[in-house]
Amino acid sequence: MENFTPVTGLIGGLLIGLAATLLLAGSGRIAGISGIAGGLLARVPGDNAWRFLFLLGLVLGAGIYQLLTAGPLEVDIDVSWPLLITAGFLVGFGTRLGGGCTSGHGVCGIARLSARSIVATLIFIGVAMATTFVLRQLL
Amino acid sequence: MIVARLTTALVAGLIFGLGLVISGMSNPAKVIGFLNLAGDWDPTLLLVMGGALVVTIPGFQLLKKRARPLFAERFEFPTRKDLDPRLMVGAALFGLGWGIAGFCPGPAIAALATARLDVALFVGAMIAGGVVHRIIFSPRSPDA
Repeated sequence: MENFTPVTGLIGGLLIGLAATLLLAGSGRIAGISGIAGGLLARVPGDNAWRFLFLLGLVLGAGIYQLLTAGPLEVDIDVSWPLLITAGFLVGFGTRLGGGCTSGHGVCGIARLSARSIVATLIFIGVAMATTFVLRQLL
Repeated sequence: MIVARLTTALVAGLIFGLGLVISGMSNPAKVIGFLNLAGDWDPTLLLVMGGALVVTIPGFQLLKKRARPLFAERFEFPTRKDLDPRLMVGAALFGLGWGIAGFCPGPAIAALATARLDVALFVGAMIAGGVVHRIIFSPRSPDA
């Protein structure tokens, strides 16, 4: 477990929880990234600006971190482009079909004690672990 | 109230993005380190989720008791309770994609800050997946 970074992991997690609570307290919305982004595709009048600003905030937050640490963010991708694109498509389609991702189901849904979100979270973590095992241990 | 609501969205997104990068979750290798139980296992993701839940569980329970949010008419809580096949198949397909690349939606969008082509390709494919879902299942499936 030499890559384990408990302190920054916990601090980052607390910030994510704070952000989700802030969005619910101020705007009454669930901070599920796939739902916020997916809602933009629906183009409901008057429902787009906050979605766009939240997603812009995600990129700005990462950008500010890059400025403060004076370097590009570490992003190590170990699959080929065709696989990466396939994965992106599956993530986009799957999160819309399943009504949420790691943030919407995993963080906000579990906090609401939603059975749907608990089941979805167990399924996507289980399938992701099995996929990783097949791709990186067997193949 | 609209200005306060939009400012809330931007600030919440910014804090969320900072949390993702500080925790290391914007790096697919770090996420794969958690998902790969048979490798050199890195439990950091559990602490990220735990840290978030430590805030959201009490925070959401307290907010549920309020009549309305600060800058909007009402709370938009998901209402569905049934465990339908779409939920499970969708979660499984998402898990498959997540396990292949190590990217889920939030970290991938935050990582656009690197201006890297591979990150943009992933996000573009993700949007395409959402569009195809919309075409097949229009008008929209309920959120989490």
